[in-house]
Amino acid sequence: MALKATLTRMSLPDHGFASVLRPTPGGLWCPEGDFYIDPPRPVARAVITHGHADHARAGHGAVLATPETLAIMGERYGADFAGRTQALTYGERLKVGGVEVSLAPAGHVLGSAQATVRHGGLTITASGDYKRRRDPTCAAFEPVPSDVFITEATFGLPVFRHPPDTQEIGRLLRSVQQFPERAHLVGAYALGKAQRVIRLLREAGYDETIYVHGALERLNRLYEHFGVDLGPLAPATGSKADFAGRIVIAPPSAIADRCSRRFPDPVTAFASGWMSVRARVRQRGVELPLILSDHADWDELTATLTELSPQEIWITHGRDDALRRWAELEGLTARALHLVGYEDEDDD
Amino acid sequence: MRAFAALLDRLSFTASRNAKLRLIRDHLADAPDPDRGWALAALTGALSFTAAKPAMIRQAVEARVDAELFRLSYDYVGDLAETAALIWPARHGANREPELSEVIDTLNTAKRGEVQGLLEGWLDALDADGRWALLKLVTGGLRVGVSARLAWQAAADFGGVEVADIQEVWHAQTPPYADLLAWLDGKTERPSAMAHGRFRPVMLAQPIDEAIDLPRLDPAAYAAEWKWDGIRVQAVSEGGVKRLYSRTGEDVSGAFPDVLAALNYEGAIDGELLVLRDGRVAPFGDLQQRLNRKTAEAKLIASHPAGIRAYDLLAAEGEDLRALPFAERRARLEAFVAAIGSDRIDLSPLVPFETWKGLAARRAEPPPGDPQSAEGLMLKRLDSVYEAGRPKGPWFKWKRDPHLIDAVLMYAQRGHGKRSSFYSDYTFGVWTEDADGIHVLTPVGKAYFGFTDEELKQLDKFVRDHTVERFGPVRSVTATREFGLVLEVAFEGLQRSKRHKSGVAMRFPRISRIRWDKPAKEADELATLERMLD
Repeated sequence: MALKATLTRMSLPDHGFASVLRPTPGGLWCPEGDFYIDPPRPVARAVITHGHADHARAGHGAVLATPETLAIMGERYGADFAGRTQALTYGERLKVGGVEVSLAPAGHVLGSAQATVRHGGLTITASGDYKRRRDPTCAAFEPVPSDVFITEATFGLPVFRHPPDTQEIGRLLRSVQQFPERAHLVGAYALGKAQRVIRLLREAGYDETIYVHGALERLNRLYEHFGVDLGPLAPATGSKADFAGRIVIAPPSAIADRCSRRFPDPVTAFASGWMSVRARVRQRGVELPLILSDHADWDELTATLTELSPQEIWITHGRDDALRRWAELEGLTARALHLVGYEDEDDD
Repeated sequence: MRAFAALLDRLSFTASRNAKLRLIRDHLADAPDPDRGWALAALTGALSFTAAKPAMIRQAVEARVDAELFRLSYDYVGDLAETAALIWPARHGANREPELSEVIDTLNTAKRGEVQGLLEGWLDALDADGRWALLKLVTGGLRVGVSARLAWQAAADFGGVEVADIQEVWHAQTPPYADLLAWLDGKTERPSAMAHGRFRPVMLAQPIDEAIDLPRLDPAAYAAEWKWDGIRVQAVSEGGVKRLYSRTGEDVSGAFPDVLAALNYEGAIDGELLVLRDGRVAPFGDLQQRLNRKTAEAKLIASHPAGIRAYDLLAAEGEDLRALPFAERRARLEAFVAAIGSDRIDLSPLVPFETWKGLAARRAEPPPGDPQSAEGLMLKRLDSVYEAGRPKGPWFKWKRDPHLIDAVLMYAQRGHGKRSSFYSDYTFGVWTEDADGIHVLTPVGKAYFGFTDEELKQLDKFVRDHTVERFGPVRSVTATREFGLVLEVAFEGLQRSKRHKSGVAMRFPRISRIRWDKPAKEADELATLERMLD
């Protein structure tokens, strides 16, 4: 895991934006408020957009985040993950040094937020990771009119157009019906994706017990605590025969390895935005790819940028080359920040 | 088109044979006519469209997508049809999504200049999976890991009939197979198998168990002949229709125009396809050069002339001979082959014998000439009729004992499907000396079967415990003079090979024993293998 955050392009022309928020080797930094957003290394003061490990790290002096994100960090790192914490709910505005900070839903995972910094008549929104389609496990993305919109570009190529969730869940359920003697082992990222898959299965009318790998249990409980009803769940322990015709959810790393032998002739499924590319499916030895992503696809990225039409678009990570090309064709100004330290979805 | 696309998508990621059978069988049960018949045609390779060329697809995409964005995308995805399918901008409500049958009917009657426009209209109407399936279909070559034989088996499973029954009628039917499917639905009688040039399901032999079978069998009731080391074929020539089929009924005529031209008779011969030079059998490797091709180049035909060594006669002059006893068919065959008078079709001679012991001696020490390259012997009961499948009793194969060597495990690769959590494909090597006279291992083969499930677990553990390096799905393991795992490898034959670093290539290698007890330095030397060269 790359911990170093380096900046390869520092020469941004200054419209006054740099006093509000600027990319530095230590991450996105707000000079007036003296805090970082999602810094990859421990800092004195951090605003955290969401609980994924590459954005939310332990050891900061003070952390500002949504109550859900703080709870997720506490669950993952222990109660003492930061010197001090402060919860900020969606829409609330807070003075931090000379700037005003607010959080708006990003639609990525439970508690995920876009961080907006306002100062001297300028507004910059760091969206963190986001998606636009409906997700039954978290609040929907809310567009924040901004002078600078900082976007991710994980799926920033026009080949990434995630199909409707219902279609992917339908393929899983059809396979369960078609292969009743086999277990269906679904690889899903432990925070967000796993709970979303479960919730989508429930919405599709699947009310059987869903079996979950031990690594997911605590986060599942936390989601339920915040009101996401996951239905009947049970640990994935027991004899092989118990899992025939059952759905088992496990972290991606577990689906192709020895852990999979506990289940009867498992159909290995993997819920990820990368599953639309056949080479990635084969690479992982996946039999049933489910194209389910918590990141915006190409259409969502470009629609968001068109809708917001900021003066400048800053791209933190992902396929900035294609998104910059698109912006150029649209007459928008886009810059790549080349922030290192953020990972591709599911590359664990 | 949607259901067909979903089927292709599933098949392309499914490794297990049984799972593939289930997917195809369910499709035949669920999809309407005539779509399911066209799907069967596509899977068995009975359709071929070549109207759409990659350049056409590229051009159509570039008219809709910025060239730079397309380039970045193609770089990432790595496959033109797949990139096109994914990047194609949707035009919601552009058109109704086409059915598979609609696509095929339209393409069959379209003029060359119309193809691009049709294709673009369909691409507009389909989703990404549908576009991928369409592009695979029209560029010829689904490549979803399904053989015609597998598709027939699925059709047989669907209809609750024997696969031989499907093969028997298959070549008398045409896509979209309405009569065949109506029969499999149980609505009509089996359709007619009467068609010129059709395939007859092949009769196969059981392996013999020397200790159990031989004492019970009367040597006087059996004929013996050599089991030639080529591929089993059926050569049919009826009413001007000439066809060469593999033993599973796949039409391989295209690759063997030289053999096809020699089928100047009226009947169906069962025989072995071989490369024959001046009537002598060439090594299997020579035949391999001509396999798996759709067409053959003149140069290759001249340097690797193929022919048939005839075993049996299934039909002659419009008469079905399969119900006759072997002895009678054999007599007819001898006269039949003599009458053809071609140097590309000769007779597989019978091996005279009186006792099993005497025959065993011939098998162990074949006479000079072609029999030395034979895989072993075939025993055929003189009164046996020609029946499809692998009946127990009438025919036996009695292979020569395999060669055995002790090799050292060097690399292991993850398996597929059921075995994807196991390191189950093993590359092994033998000792040789490098330029400095130091003993090093040189890989000589790869094997992925021959061991029990229990042994697989032990091998997998050994690989994980002794990994030196990892390269994607492959691990190298400790393999030195002092420490390594010795595998006893059985194989059928050994040939010189320029493609392998060791200079030798094995036929049909498998793990016959794991020699946990044997020190690595006592494994075999390359020189031992070189002495075994065919």
